[in-house]
Order: sequence, then structure tokens, then C-alpha cells
Amino acid sequence: MLKIHDLQAGIEGRKILRGIDLEIKPGEVHAIMGPNGSGKSTLASVLAGKKDYEVISGTVSFLGKDLLELSPEARAGEGLFLAFQYPVEIPGLSTTIFMKTAVNEVRKYRGQEPLDAVAFLKMMREKMALMNIEQSLLSRSLNEGFSGGEKKRNEIFQMAMLEPRLAILDETDSGLDIDAIRIVSNGVNKIRNKNNSVLVVTHYQRLLDYIVPDFVHVLYNGRIVKSGTKELAFELEERGYDFIKNDQPLEQGA
Amino acid sequence: MNAVEYYKDQLEQRVLNDSGSGSGLISLRKKAILDFTRWGIPTMKNEEWKYTRITPLLDKLPELPKNGDKQIPFTVQDFQKRQLPGHELANELVFVNGLFNSDLSKLISKEIQVLPIDKMQENGMQEILENHFDHSSKYLQDGIHALNTAFLKDGIFIRVGEDLKVKKPIYIYHITDARASNILSQPRSLVLLEKNAGLQIVETFLALGQPQNLSTESFSNHVIEIVLEKDASLEYYKIQNDELTNGQVSSCHIRQLGKSLVHTVVISLEGGMIRNNLNVVMESERCEAHLYGLYFQHGKTHIDNHTIVDNRKPGCFSNELYKGVLAGESTGVFNGKIFVRQEAQKTNAYQSNKNILLSGKASVNSKPQLEIFADDVKCSHGCTVGQLDDEAFFYLESRGIPKTKARALLVGAFASDIIEHIRISPIREWVEKLLAKRLEIENR
Repeated sequence: MLKIHDLQAGIEGRKILRGIDLEIKPGEVHAIMGPNGSGKSTLASVLAGKKDYEVISGTVSFLGKDLLELSPEARAGEGLFLAFQYPVEIPGLSTTIFMKTAVNEVRKYRGQEPLDAVAFLKMMREKMALMNIEQSLLSRSLNEGFSGGEKKRNEIFQMAMLEPRLAILDETDSGLDIDAIRIVSNGVNKIRNKNNSVLVVTHYQRLLDYIVPDFVHVLYNGRIVKSGTKELAFELEERGYDFIKNDQPLEQGA
Repeated sequence: MNAVEYYKDQLEQRVLNDSGSGSGLISLRKKAILDFTRWGIPTMKNEEWKYTRITPLLDKLPELPKNGDKQIPFTVQDFQKRQLPGHELANELVFVNGLFNSDLSKLISKEIQVLPIDKMQENGMQEILENHFDHSSKYLQDGIHALNTAFLKDGIFIRVGEDLKVKKPIYIYHITDARASNILSQPRSLVLLEKNAGLQIVETFLALGQPQNLSTESFSNHVIEIVLEKDASLEYYKIQNDELTNGQVSSCHIRQLGKSLVHTVVISLEGGMIRNNLNVVMESERCEAHLYGLYFQHGKTHIDNHTIVDNRKPGCFSNELYKGVLAGESTGVFNGKIFVRQEAQKTNAYQSNKNILLSGKASVNSKPQLEIFADDVKCSHGCTVGQLDDEAFFYLESRGIPKTKARALLVGAFASDIIEHIRISPIREWVEKLLAKRLEIENR
């Protein structure tokens, strides 16, 4: 589904990713862990197409297409979804209108007929029930004044609405208490199936108790330095990131 | 011949012809002609007109409509095509080329009295006329304002008596029919809300040119003065969605003589060159005023909003929010003055102007101007000029929404907290539709 080969990228002339290799197959859940500043969020942003980041070299193919050549909206159309670490508040834009526009634009991209108002509302009600989202949240402006938990739940709700093939969760657990983590994880688990995949980017192991990964990768200094199964996450939790850092040769000139 | 000589000449003849009716007005008009001759048409050398040029438009010498000239081509059918949504349940007052047209107008609320200004004296309203008419000239001291007063012809006086709350709004249409010739229209009205009266006013501007000849131009120089007595409440809406061939100066001057409530929303979506003056003079304690504005320009259009909130007595409150979106090569000006006189302690006055530039060639000049002579006051002002938020853009795009649509959604969101203050639903929905239409055009 997703094949990343020797991806190097940076921002404002500063190289952050120094050669990432990663392959995710349909139905798999991968977790990327790593200390602060290791490049986790950069990887998520580069995959989603944020223009501030500059790809220096490498390739990324998504469902057989050259992902790096696609605009952010085309990536969404192809089935990529990024749950933001910091969802943006947009006062004055109703969550419902935003969602309807997004759903129908993605449908258009996929060659499907747009949903009419009735079909859209029906779909929205189903997904709201799935995600434990209250109606009142959707009549408000997009993310405006939402609590941290509400924002993250809204991200997962959007994911359910857009039905992506690959969902990237960027530090979705940050700022959430344990109850909120459980709700958000349940939402993710409910929409997992053998055809779609999840890439969980997180600092802590705790989210992985709920969204159980098939593979865990440790990102450090812009490279994946260790890969393993979920046991690797436990090891990191126990020993901290220092044992990874200590295993690494000193960066040339860093 | 330059514009000043031309109009002075025309006006002197008219005042002579009109003399005999309402002598009080004649002397006022003669003074205005002198002021006009002395001040001329404001140029960019005038600080208040630094960024707005109207002289080229007036140098084309648009014609003053002739006395008793009501045989202009504008017909009932023409009007019906242009009535605003909700007109079935509204009072409608129609000016054509600056002259009040009673045939096209209709009054359905008994609480409203409408009278020609030049008939006020003979109807025992000399005192109202003397106290209130042309008070605006104390604040708008320039030749273009004087030109409107000098011309005064078929203006109207609107009065709502004590304790009368008018349920149905008044729609005032200012039609400039330039199909036959280049027209200068100068409508004038005076509104009095007596104690505890309530009224909603919607003003709109429509210019007609020759469809085959887009170069036909027109100019509208509009003045409305509104006076509120104690406990009166006013909602004033101005919707500008005019032809690009029209230039206009539009002044609204509001006086709050007693503790009263003013709510204004000025929406400028279309029109070649617009200068709006909005003055709120608080002459009593505990007056309250809310001023909202939205301007959305494109092409080579120009919008200038000048506002004044003059706090003359203690304990008044005002809140002002103007938002602008400028696309293409359009230019915008916002100048917001707040005066807090020495006596006006405990004043709360807030002002904010926010602008978004959608193109590198659009520009805006924003100037908050606070003059505070009292020491126990709360005042704030702020202005911003920027682009649409990149983070918000990316958020929408990452959800599959293409750039053009994302932009429309974000501009719509930016404008929404102005439009929501239009409390007449058919008008609000109409403005929402106009904006949505404009956003689609902007996206091509």
C-alpha cells in the first residue's frame, strides 16, 4: 500500500528526515515511535503533502502512485488521511458544511456521485454513533472552542466519514486523558479492516495498548533505527529512548 | 469648464427657480453653494480623502436631473425586477436619480410618516428642520457633502412617533438610471425616531447603464441623517451591490439625543468606486452603538469606509468591527475615528478592522484614529492585514477539498460574523447568496 524508499526531507534548509525506508501492507498497523525532535511529525506532514516541507530525495508510492507528485487534496482523494496533532480551529465554518464539502469532493475524485442532503445526513448519523460524537459538536464552528478530546474525536470522526485506505494518526494521544484515549482508539479500531492500514505516530506506548500494532519502528535523528513487533514498544516504555540513543553512532558534524 | 464651475452655475439657477418654497432651506442651500465653491471637490490632498479619488468621476460632469424631470425611462417593470427579497412585507421608498418617486414607493406601516423635506415647514415642522437637518455638515466638511445640500431636491423626511415600534422594515432604493445620459444623483433623507420608537432601515443602491455601452457612467452622492430620541432603537443596513460603472459617496449620519440603541451593518460587495461615511454622534449618557461592516472587492474596484464614533457624554458603549476581503487589483481604505470628549467619562469604545488580501496586487490602508480627552475610559482598537491562514488551508486540502473551494469556505467563514448581524432574514440570506456567488466568481 505504502512504500517509502530513502526519503530525505527538511524544512527551511534544515534536513530532518535522513533516509526513511518503510513498507506498509493492506490491513497492517504500524507504529512509529521516537523521542522529541526525531522527525515523527515531519514524516506525517510530508506524507500528507504539507508545502512547508521540502523533499530532498527518495520516493514514496501509495497504491502504486507517486505520492510526492500529488497535491494534498489528491492524496486525500486517493485514500490518505492525516489526523492532525493540532487540529486547526476555523471560526465561522460550520463543521457540517466542511464535512459535506470534504465528503463530496473526495467522492468526486473517486468518480462517485455526490451525496444529497438526505444521504449525507444518514451517513453522518451512522458515523456519529460510531464515534460517540454529539450533534451539538457538529453544529459548532470547526474545532472552535473544542476541548483537546473533542478535537481528536472530531479528527477520527472525519476519518470515518472519508473512509481512507491509509490513516496516519499524528500524536493523536497527546493531551488526552486515558478515557479520551480509549474513545479515540475504539473509533479507530471500529473502522479497521483487512483492506486499510493505520500508521500511528506516537511518543508513548500507552496508545498502543488500545490500537495494537503489527510493527513498531523507532525513529531517531531522521532514520528508522530499530524495527520490531509490539514488544519493542514495551521495551521502550521500560527503558526509555536512551538505550536507542546510546546505541547510535554520533552524527557526523552534528 | 471644471466640475466646480459647472455645478455652481447649474445650482445657482436652480436655487433662484426654487425660491419661494421653504425659505429656510433656500438660505441653507445658498450657504452650501458657497461652501461647495470654496472647498471644491475633495482631492487626495485632503487628509480625509488621501486614498480615494473622486475628481476624475465628477470631471466627466454627470448631469443633475432636471427640475420636475420624472419622465426618465425607469418604469414599474424595471423596478419590479430589482426589488429586494422580503419586499412583500416591507415598506419601500424609491429614489430615482436622487429624486423621491412616490409612484414606485409604498408604505404599509401606519406608524411611519413620510413627507417631502421642502414641505416640512408648511406642515409645522420648522423646528425639526432647524434642529436636525444638515447637522452632518458639522462632521463632513467637504465640497461633495455641500454639493448634496446645495442640490436638495425631492428629499424626504421619515418620522416614527413616540412609542411606535415599526415591525416591518423600510427598504430605501437609490436608483441611478444612466441609460439616457451620465447622471449625478443626490438623494437626501432625514429620519426622526421619537422617544421609544423603533425602526429597521435597509438602503441599497442600483445603477443602470446602457447595456451595450458599458462606458456610460453615473455618480451617486447620497446623504441620510437619522436622529434618535431617548429609548429609540435603530437597525440600519446598507447593502451595496452596484454596477462597476457607478461611483458613489454615501454618508449616513446618526445622532443619539437620548439613551438609545444603534445597530448598523454596511455590506459592500460590488460597485466601481465607493466611499462610505458613517458617523454616530452620542449626545446623551449611556448610548449604545454596534457598527459592523464587510467589504469584498475585486477587479479594479475601490472601497473606502470612514467612520466616526463621537462620545460626547459619559457612560456610552460602542463596538465596531469591519472586515475586508480584497482580491484582484482592488484597493480598500478603512479609517475609524473614535472621539471621547472630556465629559465622556466611563466610555467603553472598541474598534477592530481585519483585512484579507487574496492577491498580491490588492491593497488596503487601515487607520484607526482615537482621540481621547477623558481619563476614565476603556478604549481599544486594532487592525490586521493578512492572507488566509496557511494552516487552515492545508487542513481543508488534506480533507480532499481543492484549493479554490477551500478558499471560498475560508473567506465565507471570515465574513460570517458580520453577516450574522443582519437581523432581517430575507436580507441576510440574500447577502449570503450574493457572497457565495461572488466566491465562485473569485475562484474561476
